[in-house]
Amino acid sequence: MAKVAAGLQYSEEHEWVAREDGNVVSVGISAVATDALGDIVYVDLPEVGSTVTAGETCGEVESTKSVSDLYSPVTGEVTELNTTAVDDPAVINSDPYGAGWLFKVAAVSDGPLLSAEEYAAKNGGEL
Amino acid sequence: MSKHTALYGTHEALGASFTDFGGWQMPLKYTSELAEHHAVRQAAGLFDLSHMGEVWVTGPDAGAFLDYALVGKLSAVVDGKAKYSLICNPDGGIIDDLITYRFGAEKYLVVPNAGNAPTVAAELAARAEGFDVVVEDASDTTSLIAVQGPNAEAILLKITGDSQHDLVTGLKYYAFTEVTVAGHDVILARTGYTGEDGFELFLPNGEAAALWASITEAGAGLGLIPCGLACRDSLRLEAGMPLYGNELSLEGNPFEAGFGQVVALSKEGDFVGKEALAALKAAGAGTTSGRRLVGLKGLGRRAARGHYPVLKDGAVIGEVTSGQPSPTLGYPVALAYVDVEHSAIGTALEADLRGKAEPFEVVALPFYKRAK
Repeated sequence: MAKVAAGLQYSEEHEWVAREDGNVVSVGISAVATDALGDIVYVDLPEVGSTVTAGETCGEVESTKSVSDLYSPVTGEVTELNTTAVDDPAVINSDPYGAGWLFKVAAVSDGPLLSAEEYAAKNGGEL
Repeated sequence: MSKHTALYGTHEALGASFTDFGGWQMPLKYTSELAEHHAVRQAAGLFDLSHMGEVWVTGPDAGAFLDYALVGKLSAVVDGKAKYSLICNPDGGIIDDLITYRFGAEKYLVVPNAGNAPTVAAELAARAEGFDVVVEDASDTTSLIAVQGPNAEAILLKITGDSQHDLVTGLKYYAFTEVTVAGHDVILARTGYTGEDGFELFLPNGEAAALWASITEAGAGLGLIPCGLACRDSLRLEAGMPLYGNELSLEGNPFEAGFGQVVALSKEGDFVGKEALAALKAAGAGTTSGRRLVGLKGLGRRAARGHYPVLKDGAVIGEVTSGQPSPTLGYPVALAYVDVEHSAIGTALEADLRGKAEPFEVVALPFYKRAK
């Protein structure tokens, strides 16, 4: 059963949101998503300085078996990318809630987000 | 309701993720499809292929019957050898691709794909009218286990009696023999769908779990891991091998798929599809007319997937049938049907990757060839 990290918020599209300093959030994809995708080999992320909009696609995640759009869970300006994950996407599978984070946003608003408990219940995940 | 192989419980105990394939619940992967892929290229992988069909053809007319029912000349196969062939409909459409093993002039084993096995068995039975043969579908009682990879032979030798080692080491590609492996009498064939050296072992369902366990134990120190259908697909794609339903279909024909050489138009007598196939060949299908299956190498990082359009200067000239990032080669690879005028090696094309054209180049198949 896919692990759902406690203390994070989640979108319906399987992105997670972690609150950093001030209004900055880091964004990644959940283990529910990485399990479904399989081994990730390529990620296409929004550029630093670009604006992402909650609920809209902002990139894509490609695995050996499939490709999936990446949706932004928040609206705001992208401030940082995880170049480690871009260079070695396997880290997204091995540590989706930690070293496999994808990008940071100075968020001005959030899309609809679920608590870890709600997300786990909805997706058969394990807290 | 999907069928289960005799090894379903074994896969469950190993924690496999399952997928429906050809009407069967089969292991997609056990841990990571990339790790499984690399294990087969570098060491060894163990596969349950019991979803594949097994149809026995026996009787005095067995060879003549198969010459009529399939496009190849199976009567000319030497005892103990296997041959890749196709079964076509009267229009030349491909019902399935299959491997036929010749045990003797009056005994052959035909192995069709999982999803097509009932169709092929029924078609063979129907085509047997007038021939002195018995067609027996043993798919539901026969298991098939594959050991693939550079260490496959060493693993099998560990669980084969000394007196039979020569039978294993001397076995040529596309040949088979009958040996005892870990106490089980099996049909051992040096065939596979991975582009590596390897073996396929046929045996009764009731013995499959015990043999699986014995091979697992023998392979423990030689890098063998259980492997699912996800890596089987990426391995066969790198090896440039077609998958029925992707590259081969009733709507296609052998010539455009690059299998003109398996159609024995010159063999004696009639065979199903002969007239249509002869006409297709005369019309230059796959060479001067229509479309041709080609290998595409992606020049960027994004992979083309099945059904994506293939473009030349913005115009659609073909369609991808299979594609993904190649784990061994590190760049995207794809098989695609393109108009014959754009099928030459080195032709620069594009694939429409969800609205964005990315550069691809026609390359020779297979994408990956093992060092001998």
